Amino acid sequence: MALGLEASLGNTVLTTKLDAVINWGRQYSLWPFIFGTACCAIEFMSAAASQHDISRFGAEVVRFSPRQADLLLVCGTISYKQAPILKRIYEQMPLPKWVVAMGACASSGGIYDNYCTVQGIDTIIPVDLYISGCPPRPEAVLDALIKIQEQIRGESILIDRHNDFKGILD
Amino acid sequence: MTLKEFSTDMNAKALEKIKAAFPDTTCTTVLDSVVVDVQPENLESTLSRLKNDPAFNCGLLLDVTGIDYLDYPTPQKFRFHVVYTLRNWQDNLLVQVRTAVPDPQAGIATATHLWASANWGEREVYDQYGIRFNGHPDLRRILNHWQFEGHPLRKDYPIEKGQICYETDRLENEIRARLFENGIDETTMKDINTEIMFLNIGPSHPATHGAIRILTALDGETILANVNEIGYLHRGFEKTAENRTYNQIVPLTDRLNYCSSMINNIAYAKAVEAWLGVTITERAQFMRVLLTEFYRVLDHLVCLAAALVDMGGLTNYWYLYNEKEAAYDLISRLTGARLTSSFTRIGGMYRDFYEGWEKDLELQLRGIEKGIGDALKLVETNRIVHDRTQGVCVISAETALSYGFTGPVLRASGVPYDMRKDAPYYNYEALDFEVPVGTNGDIYDRFMIRFYEMAQSIRIIRQAMQHIPQGPINVKDSQVCLPPKDQVYNNIEGLANHFKLIFEGVKVPAGEWYDAYEAANGELGFHFVSDGSGQPYKLKVRPPCFYTMGGFHKMVEGNMIADAVINLSCINIIGGELDR
Ligand code: SF4
Repeated sequence: MALGLEASLGNTVLTTKLDAVINWGRQYSLWPFIFGTACCAIEFMSAAASQHDISRFGAEVVRFSPRQADLLLVCGTISYKQAPILKRIYEQMPLPKWVVAMGACASSGGIYDNYCTVQGIDTIIPVDLYISGCPPRPEAVLDALIKIQEQIRGESILIDRHNDFKGILD
Repeated sequence: MTLKEFSTDMNAKALEKIKAAFPDTTCTTVLDSVVVDVQPENLESTLSRLKNDPAFNCGLLLDVTGIDYLDYPTPQKFRFHVVYTLRNWQDNLLVQVRTAVPDPQAGIATATHLWASANWGEREVYDQYGIRFNGHPDLRRILNHWQFEGHPLRKDYPIEKGQICYETDRLENEIRARLFENGIDETTMKDINTEIMFLNIGPSHPATHGAIRILTALDGETILANVNEIGYLHRGFEKTAENRTYNQIVPLTDRLNYCSSMINNIAYAKAVEAWLGVTITERAQFMRVLLTEFYRVLDHLVCLAAALVDMGGLTNYWYLYNEKEAAYDLISRLTGARLTSSFTRIGGMYRDFYEGWEKDLELQLRGIEKGIGDALKLVETNRIVHDRTQGVCVISAETALSYGFTGPVLRASGVPYDMRKDAPYYNYEALDFEVPVGTNGDIYDRFMIRFYEMAQSIRIIRQAMQHIPQGPINVKDSQVCLPPKDQVYNNIEGLANHFKLIFEGVKVPAGEWYDAYEAANGELGFHFVSDGSGQPYKLKVRPPCFYTMGGFHKMVEGNMIADAVINLSCINIIGGELDR
């Protein structure tokens, strides 16, 4: 997740302050990519619309190009047919990136325990945060956003997360 | 003569007529439909006569489905059957043609040359049951991925056996075949002095509002050929339903068309009640009409809001979507959930309206009317909107019918078929409303029809609010509805009754039937096979937008790529319903 400059520093230099300032920037300008497949995406629409207004958290620039996004929000059921696409999109996102599984389906397959539904997207890509609910309320989406921001605050720009992830498609 | 008697009478007449026309078949009436059992070798001639003979004139092929009788308690001579559901909407004639399939590998004759909707319908049967259709132009999987092996709706396919897909299908042969069909071959490509560009929209693209893959072959920006791939949201509704009791399926129906979940709940409950012979109470009927229309408005609001965003008009989104958001207050107060209502039960409703709902609803309606008015002001006489939508992506009434279109999209092409008028239920015939019909079948008509339908729905809601009677909302039948809680807690019969209904489910007599409902997107039908237990042996949904999507290429070919984007949003494809 390094920026480039500090990558060459290795871990020999104290980078606490750099961490703080970069994380501050990353936290409040998350650009989400909405991988909306099903009913949960409708609740995301509500989270983005005027009443709940996701822009209060600096995350309203919804990008539909993975190359411009750093937060992957998976809203809805992922079927086996969909899985390779999800993986491809995740791979197209530049580092650093975070993944939120919104709703029961994305987290665990939800009410669909059957032949076509992936039992949780964490079998395909690494997930940072799960939102419970079927569908989760828009407030829960905002809550997840705040939690991700908190998580970002504690991270170091020198450590790549999820380097050793292996999913069913790898 | 009441309407009920009238339709029974009509049914009897239709039965006579069909019996006379097909002497060597067995014909029966089941609910509103005439069921014709034919030998496989007579299937094609029967279907073609039903379609082409003016006496029957079945212009709509609504659905095709297979049945696997492997575990059915009454043994059948052949394991597989196929059922075609046809409708003559002018005379309210519903016909189901059933045939046995002696050998699924050898298959039966296709009906694709009679109705274009058979193309996707039969592909689904092939995918789910492995029954072949001879002469089908493009028989391949549709809902499951191409690396899938076996056929999931066969009774010997274990429900939990998932199969990993490593790669998406290329669709190269399909698009080339489609180009060829449209008369574009190597020489034309040379002539136009350019190379054809292949462009994928989706499966994950902002314009697809979900997951659909639209593969186009382009000359500049003009679409020469288009092939679509669906099934990305196939969640196994039908297989899952076979393992649930009738009431447990209600939450699953929420997730079909999730923009109007309540309509699915109601359509499903109505279909089960029809076969049970249960007539729900007056109040429940009014509640269902009221809520159906309210959800129809909400569905159209979301569709239009998103469609106008695709055209570049973000302001409309706030005008329209904010009203939908506001409606959640009323809905969550009523049902306990915002999106997934699960509000019906077999035999009635989950609960009654709360105290003071009329005021809330009226307030909502006013808000919605204002939102619609504001949005209309922006689009109705807007030159840009007109230029982009009028005369664009036109589909004729004939083609639309052939592809099995129903609902607003069909009516936009000038066919006034609306089940609320042509095959009414729940006292719709007593309500005063009109069915808006388009003239050109272009995007503009498809947009405007939704605006006008919302106004009509609001009219219906206001009438229903005036006339809704007091009274119980559930039928008093201990075999169908749960007993009141004080009986469950205080006496053993009540407890046993509750326990049995929950664990075993409502016992539904053995048989097969089809029942339909005018949902926001068109005719939403359910085809059941019951073995007499508390769980359906088979449950097939007739999803309106599946067939609309089947005709998508007919609308967009010859138009520009940007038109395809707004066309997709104006036909309101909802993944949950499309792929189930
Ligand atoms: S979690 Fe529930 S609401 Fe969300 S996609 Fe799954 S079924 Fe739909």
